[in-house]
Amino acid sequence: MLLYCLKRFIGMIPVFFGVTLLSFVIIQLAPGKPTDRLTELNPRITPEARARLEQYYGLDKPIIVQYGRWLSRIVRFDFGVSFSSDARPVIDKIWDRSVPFFDRRLTITFLINTLSLFLILAVAIPIGVLAAYRPYSLTDRITSVAVFIGFAAPKFWVALLLMMVFSVQLGWLPISGIKSLNYAMLTEPGQFFDRIRHLVLPVFVSACGGIAGMSRYMRSSMREALSHDYITTARAKGLSETAVLYRHALRNALLPLVTLLGLSVPGFFAGSVIFETIFGIPGMGQLSYQAIMMRDYPVIMGLLCITALLTMIGNLLADICYAYIDPRIRVK
Amino acid sequence: MMERNTFYAFVKRLWRNKLAATGLCIVMLLCAIAAGAPIIAPYNCNAIDVKSILLPPSFQHICGTDELGRDVFSRMVYGSRISLAVGFVAVGISTILGTLIGAIAGYFGKWIDSFLMRCVDTMLCIPDIFLILTVIAFVGENVFNIMVVIGFTSWMGVARLVRAEFLTLKEREFVLAARAAGAGDARIIFIHILPNALGPVFVSAVLGVASAVLVESALSFLGLGVQPPDPSWGNILMQGKDNIETAWWLSVFPGCAILLTVLGYNMLGEGLQDILQPRLKNTR
Repeated sequence: MLLYCLKRFIGMIPVFFGVTLLSFVIIQLAPGKPTDRLTELNPRITPEARARLEQYYGLDKPIIVQYGRWLSRIVRFDFGVSFSSDARPVIDKIWDRSVPFFDRRLTITFLINTLSLFLILAVAIPIGVLAAYRPYSLTDRITSVAVFIGFAAPKFWVALLLMMVFSVQLGWLPISGIKSLNYAMLTEPGQFFDRIRHLVLPVFVSACGGIAGMSRYMRSSMREALSHDYITTARAKGLSETAVLYRHALRNALLPLVTLLGLSVPGFFAGSVIFETIFGIPGMGQLSYQAIMMRDYPVIMGLLCITALLTMIGNLLADICYAYIDPRIRVK
Repeated sequence: MMERNTFYAFVKRLWRNKLAATGLCIVMLLCAIAAGAPIIAPYNCNAIDVKSILLPPSFQHICGTDELGRDVFSRMVYGSRISLAVGFVAVGISTILGTLIGAIAGYFGKWIDSFLMRCVDTMLCIPDIFLILTVIAFVGENVFNIMVVIGFTSWMGVARLVRAEFLTLKEREFVLAARAAGAGDARIIFIHILPNALGPVFVSAVLGVASAVLVESALSFLGLGVQPPDPSWGNILMQGKDNIETAWWLSVFPGCAILLTVLGYNMLGEGLQDILQPRLKNTR
């Protein structure tokens, strides 16, 4: 098992280099040099000062050396300073130590995605099992149609419609943000409920596509599991349908789900960019959208590297979990 | 390649498959709308009319008007051209690129395969919309760039698919026979193996159009896609968000158009999969 983990970890290294190389190439594609802000905008700058600055940033070195220096900063989580007027280090923008834990961007995005993941599993697994247990039944047909529509509906459109119905027309839920204006004046339970109210729509929107995909996957996985001989054996020895379904079939059908979850991590981040922008939630997604609109390269690159790193960790964890629950994988 | 008779048989099976037939009808309808846009659209899609700003749906404007008094239905009709063009060109690029990379990786194996597959892993590690937004922000937002960038960031699935097909197909006797007859690598890849691997590629291309349409609409919605005054379903929805408290029609109708389009391509793709790979049907 330890050997397997080690192997997977080593397998991650080329991908990490790939991601950093890709990020670096994108920076090079970007118009202008990082020193332009200090040199071009300053009319009194001397050629010597400009050369000194370029030397300071390593721009006079060959490109491979520049990549090496940049990489050595990246692994220390030093992504440089944001171009925006506050000029804060990129890492402080993502993980701001001066605000409470639950207000940090990474925490907010992580919280919403984790909640929506739980919602996806809680809804999709029962739907998939039901549909697979009685294929082509009325339940199966209805859920199939719902799944098809859920797949095809753009996330931002669903968000827009829900916002229109629940926030604008009915006024049940707040229209945007992560907390109300009077948050600081609320009692502790009040603050908690305020957060929950703000989280309902984003969590649902980020889950709806996943529910469609996951329940479909669950259905095929469950049908596959139910077609095996051990199910016939279990039925033949007189086990109740519940035991056959949940103890024999479901446990096997859940196995491939782990890999799927690992693979869907980048999808979660991609979704965050969209729904955080719509709902005005101060998380990683909104930060990346703002950074892209402002052409704030250091922030973009920092986010690119961090999301890729988190994805790789997610994949690694999924692989390890899979190997842990399914011993056949370890031997292969 | 497909003979005339097998083609007829294929069309017949397609019509008998309800999913594929419905999907095909939707797709053909959309193509017809895009092609006949000047005839179908009742108004000039860019004609500003200050006397009819933000009118709700009526017999004059069946989908209402936007904040500049333009007819939303006409804009949607012209918007279908954009989404169709983006879908087809982006998928064309990603399918050709993915097929080439997958074929090379699967056929040659060894270090070429590991290198190319690590490239695929790398691309898959980065959230697609994030990468697309970043590149678009650097190269500038216009329809051509959007098509190219979506194409170059969505080839990984096809590459994996083609590689898997090649891994099994290259062990078959007909490849050995071709090699014994003196065929070179390129000939074996393109003339002998590739035609046998095209079924799944075709299915994934049709499904790819659906996701390209979704990505384009999301980009336009976020303001980094098709730029106004050019109409696109995504940028009408962006207006819908700005006027969410007053003009529901701006948010509802373009979204339905996207939904219908994506639904059409998905149904066609799923139906084709049933027809082309019947062995998968029992497990799905």
